[in-house]
Formats: sequence, C-alpha cells, structure tokens
Amino acid sequence: MKIPTTFNEAASGTAFRKTLGDLFRNNVREYGMLIALIAVMVFFQFQTNGVLMKPVNITNLVLQNSYVIVMAMGMLLIIITGGIDLSVGSVVAVIGALAGVLIVRYDFNWVLVVGICLLLGALIGAFHGYFVAYQKIPAFIVTLAGMLIFRGLTIALLRGESVGPFPRGFQNISSGFIPDFFHYEGLHITTILIGVLLSILIVWLDVRARRNQRKYGFEVVPFFFFVAKNIGIIAVVMGFSYLMASYKGLPNVLVLLFALISFFSFITSSSVIGRRIYAMGGNEKAARLSGVNTPRLLFYTFINMGVLASTAGLIVAARLNSATPNAGDGMELDVIAACFIGGASPMGGVGKVIGALVGAFLIGVLNNGMSILGVGIDWQKVVKGIVLLLAVLFDVYNKNKSA
Amino acid sequence: MSDVILEMRNITKTFPGVKALNNVSFSVTKGEIHALVGENGAGKSTLMKVLSGIYPYGTYEGEIYFQGQECRFRDITESEKVGLVIIHQELALIPFLSVAENLFLGNERAKNGVIDWNESISKTAEYLERVGLHESPNTLITNMGVGKQQLVEIAKALAKEVKLLILDEPTASLNETDSEKLLELLLQFKEHGISSILISHKLSEVNKVADSITILRDGATIETLDCRKDKITEDRIIRGMVGRDITHRFPPRDSKIGEIIFEVRDWNVYHPIHEDRKVSTNVNVTVRKGEVVGLSGLMGAGRTELAMSIFGQAYGKRITGTAYRHGKEIDISTIDKAITNGIAYATEDRKAYGLVLIQEVKNNITLANLEEISKRQVINEPQEMRVTSEYRDKLNIKCSSIKQLALNLSGGNQQKVVLSKWLFASPEILILDEPTRGIDVGAKYEIYTIINRLASEGKGIILISSELPEILGICDRIYVMRDGKVVGEMPASEASQEKVMKYIMTQQEVTQ
Repeated sequence: MKIPTTFNEAASGTAFRKTLGDLFRNNVREYGMLIALIAVMVFFQFQTNGVLMKPVNITNLVLQNSYVIVMAMGMLLIIITGGIDLSVGSVVAVIGALAGVLIVRYDFNWVLVVGICLLLGALIGAFHGYFVAYQKIPAFIVTLAGMLIFRGLTIALLRGESVGPFPRGFQNISSGFIPDFFHYEGLHITTILIGVLLSILIVWLDVRARRNQRKYGFEVVPFFFFVAKNIGIIAVVMGFSYLMASYKGLPNVLVLLFALISFFSFITSSSVIGRRIYAMGGNEKAARLSGVNTPRLLFYTFINMGVLASTAGLIVAARLNSATPNAGDGMELDVIAACFIGGASPMGGVGKVIGALVGAFLIGVLNNGMSILGVGIDWQKVVKGIVLLLAVLFDVYNKNKSA
Repeated sequence: MSDVILEMRNITKTFPGVKALNNVSFSVTKGEIHALVGENGAGKSTLMKVLSGIYPYGTYEGEIYFQGQECRFRDITESEKVGLVIIHQELALIPFLSVAENLFLGNERAKNGVIDWNESISKTAEYLERVGLHESPNTLITNMGVGKQQLVEIAKALAKEVKLLILDEPTASLNETDSEKLLELLLQFKEHGISSILISHKLSEVNKVADSITILRDGATIETLDCRKDKITEDRIIRGMVGRDITHRFPPRDSKIGEIIFEVRDWNVYHPIHEDRKVSTNVNVTVRKGEVVGLSGLMGAGRTELAMSIFGQAYGKRITGTAYRHGKEIDISTIDKAITNGIAYATEDRKAYGLVLIQEVKNNITLANLEEISKRQVINEPQEMRVTSEYRDKLNIKCSSIKQLALNLSGGNQQKVVLSKWLFASPEILILDEPTRGIDVGAKYEIYTIINRLASEGKGIILISSELPEILGICDRIYVMRDGKVVGEMPASEASQEKVMKYIMTQQEVTQ
C-alpha cells in the first residue's frame, strides 16, 4: 500500500500547482480585459483629476451605458449561436416612437404601454427569428432588413419629429432612484444595506459551490486564493455601494441591470438551455444529432433579443424624455463591439456574460472619459475602433499561442 | 518494353503510424485500360495521389517514370503538364460556372490575362463533341445531371491534352446507361492511344473493359492479371482482393441473443437535394436483444443514409416506412423522439457531426441527455462531473481532465467520447457508424470490447463498417447493402469474406 500513497501525494501536489496555473491560463481572456478596463479607468481618473470616479459621474456612466449592457446580454446569446443582430438600434427607436405616440398623443397609461412595448419587442424578435431559424436566411441579411424596416417605421410613426415629454412615472424608469427607507444626511442607507446583503449572498453562494465540489471530490481553488477572491469581491461591491449611496442611492436602472446580469450569467453557465446554445454555436450539426432542436433554440434567442432591445428602447426614451426619429442610431455597433471586446467569437460557441459586461464598460468608460476630457466624437470613434481591433488581436494571439 | 507509358517502382508511403503503401510497383502500357482493384483502404487512392503529385515528391519513397522520364511532381499542375490527369470520385466542377468556364479553369484560353471567349467556346464545343455530350458550352454545371458532369470532367481532361487518364470510381454515382456510355468512351480513347487507369469496385465493369488488372491489398501489390490472354472470372479477382488471414484482432464473445427489439419495415428514403433519387429502397432490418448486426457494403451503398434516416429523419426526404420497438409501432420522426424511443446513432464523422470540438469532454458526454443531470432546467455541475468521470474510467478515455477540450484528444479517445455520449443517453438500440475509422489497432480492440459489453447487457447494436474483417469478427448477423437496397442477409457463422464480397460486387441479386 506504500506505492499508491506516495503516488497520490505526488498527484495532489501537482494538482495544487496545476489548479492555480490553470486558473490563470484558462481565464487569460477575462483577466486580460479586466486589467485593461482597470488600466483605462486609472488613466482617466488621473487625466480627469478624479472626475471619473465621482459618485455623480459613476451614476451617469451607468445610466449612459445601461442600454448597451441590456442589449449586450441578448446579443451575446445570438453571437454564441453564430449569428448577429444589426437591427437593435432601429428597434430601440421604433419602441421609443410607439411609447411616445401612445403615451403623449393618445394619452395611454404608461404602465400599459410598457407592457405593449415589451410584447411588440418579442414579436419583432420572433419576426427576425422566423426568417433566420426556419427559412435559413443568414441573420446578417434578415436583421439588416429589419434595421431598415424599423427605422423607416419609426420615422413614419413620429412623422419625422420628436414626441415628448413623458409623464414623471415613465421618466423614472431611467432617471429614478430606489426609495430610501432611512433618512440619514448624505448617505443612502438602503443602498448600503443592499450592498451588504449582496456581499453576503455572493460569499454564501461561493462557499456552497466550494463545499459541493469538495463533496464530489473535485479540485478546488487553493484556500488562500478563495479568501482573497472573496475579499476582493466584497471590497468592490461595498466600495461601489458607498459611491452610489453618497450620491442619490441606487438608480432604478442599475437594479434592473443587476437582475438581468444575474439572470443571464445563470442561464449561460448553469441552465440546460444555455448549454444547448453553446453546443449549437460550437457545432450545429453535432448539437442537432444530439437531439437539440436547433431551429427552435435559435428562434428563442431572437425573441429574447427583441424583448431586451425593447427594454433598452424604453430606457432610452425615458432618459431623453422624448421619442426621436434617430434614437438608437449606431447603437447596434456599440453592443456588438462590447460582445467581441468581451471575448465572444464571431464563429459562434464562445462568449461569456461577464466578458460582454466588461466590454460594455470598457466602451462606456472610453466614451465617458474622452467626453470629460473634451475629445471630439470623431476621435472617440477612432479610439473605439482601435480598441476593438486590439481586443480581438489579443484573442487571436492567445489562441495561436495555446495551439 | 518500349510501349510502357508509366512505371511506378517500389513506392512506399507512410502516414504517422501506418504504412499505406509498401513497396508497390505498378506499370501501364500505352493504349491500355488498366484496372486497379482492392478493398477500401487497400491503398488505391493513396497510390494515385502519389502518382498525380497530390503527395509531392519527397513525401514518399520510390520512383515514377512517365514516358521514359523520371518524374518528381511537386503538385498536381506539374503532373497535368505532362499529360497525367486524375478525375476524382467527388467531381471538382464549380456549379455556378458554365461548361466552357469549367473546362478551361486554371487553363484559360487567354492573351495577357484577357479571356478569348470565342476560342474558349468553340474549343469547348469541339471537346464536348469528342466525349459525345450534346450541350451548349454556356450551360451551367448545376443544371446538368451527374452523368453529364462526369463527361465534362473528361472533356476537361482532354483540354489538358491528357495522355494517361486516371478515373477514381467514375461510375459510383452513375446509372446503368450513363456508366455504359462512359465505358464506351474509355474504349474509344484507347483507340486514339490514350491510356486509362480505372479504379472501380464494380468488377463486371472491370471485366468488360480492362486489358489488365492490378490487385492491391493492405498497401502491397498482390498480382497483375492479364485479361487479353484469357478470361478472368470475378471470383478470381475477389480471391486476390481478400486473401488474408484474420488473426486475433477481435475480443472473444459469446452471444446471448433474445427476442426482436427493433425493426424497420419497407423503409424508403429519397435524397434531400436530388429529390427523385432514391437512397433507400424497401429496406427491412431487424435487431434482436443482445445482438450485433453488421451492415456491410461499399462507400455510397446507402448505409449511413439508411441509419441517419432511421435516427429521427436526420437525413433524407419523403421518408416512408414503419419502425417497431418490442413489436409496437414507434414514432421516430424527429431526433428527439428517436432518442426518447431508445435509439442512438454514433456518427462516422465524429469531427463534423459527433463532437463540439471547442467544448470540454464533459459537455460533450452529457449533451444528448442533459435532463439526466439537471433539475428544473438547472444543471447540477458536480453531478455532471461525477457521471462523466465514471464514463472516462469505464471507457478508458485518456484525457488530462474531463474539462479538457475535445479538440485536443486523439482520434480513438474522441471516438470514446462520442460513444460515452450515446451510452449516457442509455439507448436500447445503438447504431455505430464506422466506429473504428481512423483509429489505431489498440483503440479498435477497446471499442470492440465495449461493443461486446453492450451486447451482453442486452442492447441491440447495428454496426456499419467498410472493413469486412471487422464485420465478420464481431457481428452475429450481417446485412449486405448495395445501391440503397439490402441485397443479402446471413448469420456470421455462415459468412466469409468471399461470400460477402460477392453480394457486394455482383450486379444481379444473389438468391439463396
């Protein structure tokens, strides 16, 4: 019995080292982008003399980018299937226009209109999805057509002019904050409390997952690293809550974002449907021969995108407090860029929610930072284009190195 | 021997781990039709690829002499330049270009890069006349039948001033009349001094037109038969092709065969694109409990098409026929339903159809049965890891971790992952399509052992294989397919390579 014991000891020793090494190697992409994001933030923090990280600016940054993040969740799924959706900018516009016309011109109740708009979003998604999934027309073409159709309908609905303003309740979708139940001067206590609860929840989930892995006898990350990671997460969450609390508290939009991000992280990492979407993007034929109903799945991803695009449309309309013919123009490019910067592959099968999130924030920080510095829209575009290219180049480099 | 046009001397070609050609010598005289026959994998195509420069000089050993000159082709254009043209089984025409454009593709009639259309078209008409094809040079390839396309390929070879024409299974996808026409053409060319090498599995054709026949087996020349002196029988050729001992390449097994668990009756399938082409005709197949049933036949005999059409209509159109499990009719109209009804199909092309290569071994194994490891649509990852680890150990999959990407496994281990996937779906009827293709001998033995174990657990297995020894070595009963029909059925105890080969090769149905 002596030899096996030594063997096991040796094996566990290498396993330990391998786990740490693997952790970095397997996540070069995510860590790389996160480091890039932090570097960009630090750069602008200094360049703008600390304006970037001010609570009011952070709130602005989140609000400005909320619609990109909302849509990136849906776009990511479509990109994982190997498709693309170019129409989202126009869908944002047409939903805003519909909301504007119904609420302002026809005096509909805004809550009812939100429901109608989300339903219409689903229908628009189903419209695209039908042609892509069941008529086998490439998504690029179908959604290019959709991009033209819905932009045209927007202009027709609005008769070429802006419609507004919206009632207070509707505006609050994007400019409101969660109510504070405690009244303490200068600090939004509810926000701090939510931060604490969130930290506890995250740590509890992580501890449970670790225990579960142990139970089944699998490798876990080293304890030191586990603790360091959780302290890091708590620091970020609490730091962020404090920043938010010292302004007006959590914006409503941010609550929505948290909900969506958690939901889609869960879908992509732990659900059957998520697993099938990745399989379909990785090898459609193999997935189909394994009993996955690939056309239906593709159809669903487009419906999902439609609902998210209409959510973004409502946020944009509420934020601008008017429905304008050129709302959402070019937005599809920011959304797609966020996914690709975040490591999604145009070939399908690869991409993570956290990556798309980091990508969206990177673009957001660049937009925001450069605006504060007074860089013109012209050069902003140049910089964003270069960042997109560099991020994908980084991917290609990594892939070649590992192959 | 001044009239020898081609001589290949002592050709040896090695692939990693396999000697595909071992000291092969082969010669063709001027103005003859020389047939090259042998089983799948005997080395015919490899030899022709060496000859035409697809495997360039330096990647093989040996010498090639063409018209007395030693040739060291670096690529296919060099071999075409001296008049050596190969026509592959899969036609290499561009569907949305015209006949004239295809004919001179890579060989354009042009001055300073500007195509001379008048010359191209008039020359095309001339070549088409020579091959007996009455079509306008402007017709698009996609609008022509396969038979006519084959003739265009030959006209294309003529345009390159061919001296030695190599045809790899030219009649495999042609009907009787088109095949007839093609063979006539070869005889005509012979009159004009153009030699041909004909690779064919259809021995009746070979017998009809060949002047000499060279038989390859296991990468070596067995013999060259001269048909001009005396008539060679098909049996004589078959004996040369299969004369090999079966050693202990298969694990022993004792079969315990029970009642019929699966049956398809009057199964008819049409081609998904050429909708008037039938790929399965009135097929009846039964599988018993604990039985390994072999589906033998040549490539293109319709075995994969049959299997995939049974597996939830994954292939084909206008599928008719009924399927029964334990005597009850079952609905297998979608893949999902087929899986639910206990049928699994492990593909012959594991990279294209079997695996999601960019994903982990673990994800691949559970893909067909995610319900098993999930609760209310949520995957229990630790449970998934446990079950996949079990399969890794049971099937002896060599991987650094079950989280390794399928991409980085060897062929044999990839095949085991595909098998694991289907075993995890716990089917009752398992269709294995060429499960040992492209994997080494050791891994093959392991796969056979797994098959035996499954049979002993009471599953019914349909094994599709192009390797006759494999079929004979592990099956209990054998069906032979040709042209989408089952043309023979026999218990393995009564089967021999010669007998199966006879069913495969003979054009008339053998009644017994």
